[in-house]
Amino acid sequence: MLAKRIIPCLDIKDGRTVKGVNFIELRDAGDPVEQAKIYSDQGADELIFLDISATNEKRKTLHDLVLQVAARLNIPFTVGGGITRCEDVSSLLECGADKVSINSAAVRKPELIDELARSFGSQCITVAIDARKTDNGWKVHLNGGRVPTELNLFDWAKEVAARGAGEILFTSMDHDGTKSGFANKTLARLSSMLTIPIIASGGAGKKEHFRDVFKIGKADAALAASIFHYNEIAIPDLKSFLKNKNISVRTTT
Amino acid sequence: MSNKKERIVIIDYNAGNVRSVLFALQRLGIEAQISAEPELIQTADKVIFPGVGEASTTMAYLREKKLDKVIRNLQQPVLGICLGMQLLCTHSEENNTTCLGLIPQNVRLFRPIKREKVPHIGWNRLYDVQGALFDSRQEGEYTYFVHSYFVEKGDYTIASCDYILPFSAGLQKDNFYATQFHPEKSGGLGQQILENFLKL
Repeated sequence: MLAKRIIPCLDIKDGRTVKGVNFIELRDAGDPVEQAKIYSDQGADELIFLDISATNEKRKTLHDLVLQVAARLNIPFTVGGGITRCEDVSSLLECGADKVSINSAAVRKPELIDELARSFGSQCITVAIDARKTDNGWKVHLNGGRVPTELNLFDWAKEVAARGAGEILFTSMDHDGTKSGFANKTLARLSSMLTIPIIASGGAGKKEHFRDVFKIGKADAALAASIFHYNEIAIPDLKSFLKNKNISVRTTT
Repeated sequence: MSNKKERIVIIDYNAGNVRSVLFALQRLGIEAQISAEPELIQTADKVIFPGVGEASTTMAYLREKKLDKVIRNLQQPVLGICLGMQLLCTHSEENNTTCLGLIPQNVRLFRPIKREKVPHIGWNRLYDVQGALFDSRQEGEYTYFVHSYFVEKGDYTIASCDYILPFSAGLQKDNFYATQFHPEKSGGLGQQILENFLKL
C-alpha cells in the first residue's frame, strides 16, 4: 500500500528560513539545512523549500543551499519559488533537488509545463496552484496569492495535468493560516478528477485535519509549515495517530 | 562497512540522480567517482548505473557514447537504480525501446484499474526480499519510488512491491543487481541496501 505523505514546507529567503523555529535541538533557528535534517530524522516523507528571495544574486545562495540539503538528507525534496525557465530547473536538479515546483510562471506561459516535462520527466515537475473561492467559483491567484486571475481552478488543474505535470500542490488561500482544516471538498473533487497525485496545503491545525484530508479530501500528501515549525504537532505523533486511524503511513524504526 | 579502498564508479550520463547517489555514498564514507570513461568503468570494483529520465533517449545516449557495450560486458557487481534497472531489462514499453537485455524481463506501463494515480510516487512496502542485496531488516518496510513503468514479477525478482499489481522492486541476474526504488532517497533503510551492495 502506497503511504500517504507528510511534507513540511520551509520558506527560504537569502538562504535562511523566514520564520525562526523553536526546536530545542536546533542550534541555529534560521539554518534550513539543520531544520531539514531534524524533519527528516522525525520521519517526514519529503520536504519542500520555497524560495521567496527577490533578486538574482540572492537566488544563487539557493543553489548552495540545495547542494547542502542534498548532501545531508536521504529523503526526497522539492524546490520552488521564482522558477521561470528550463535552465532554472536543470541547475536545481543538478544540485541534487528531486523535484521542482512552478506556479505563476506556468500560468503566464503554460507551455513551460510541457517543456519541463519533456526535458526532465513528469515525475520531477510539481505545479503549485493557489486558489480562492469567489462568487464565480474557485479562481487561481498568482504571486503568492496577491494577483487574482480569471482562471478557474478545476479547468487549470486539468490543463496542468494534461500538459505533463507529475503532481499538483493545491493551496486553498481561504484555509491557509486558519488552522481550521484543509479544503477537503475541493481537494476530493480535484483528486477524483485527475490521475496525478494531489498534495494538499493550507489549513492544517491539528492531527484530525490530516486524517480528514486523506479520508475525505482524498489527498495523496499533505503539506504544512507552522504547526511543524512551532512543534505544535510532532511528526512521529502525527504518524502514529494516522496509523491508528487505518491510514497507511511510513513509520520509521 | 566494506573495504574503503574499493573503487566505486557511478556511470555518468544524462540521469537526474547521479549527484544524489554520490552524496548517499559520501554519507557512508565512500568517495565514488562519476565517470563516462569506458576504461574507468571497466576497471572499477563496483559500478552504479543510476537513472531518472526517459528510456528511449537514454538508450540512444548510451549507444552514442558506446556505454551500452561497456555495461553489457561488466563482470563486477553492478547496481541499476530506477530507470537504470529498467534499462538492464530486454524491452520497455516506454516509447517501444530495446534495452540492454541483461535481465530477460519486460518493462510495462502502469495501467490504473481503480483510478490509482500514475506515476507511482512515494513510499511503499517491500516484501519477499531475498539475496545478498537485501536482509530481513527491509522486509515489510518502506522505500521511495517514483515511476510510471514497472517490471513484472519473474524468475529474477529479488524483492516485490504492490501498486495496482505486484511488481519487481528488485532484480538480480548474475552480477547485475537492480532496484526500482531509490535507495539513495529511502532514508536509513536505503542506506542499508547500499551498504549491502558495497559489501558484495
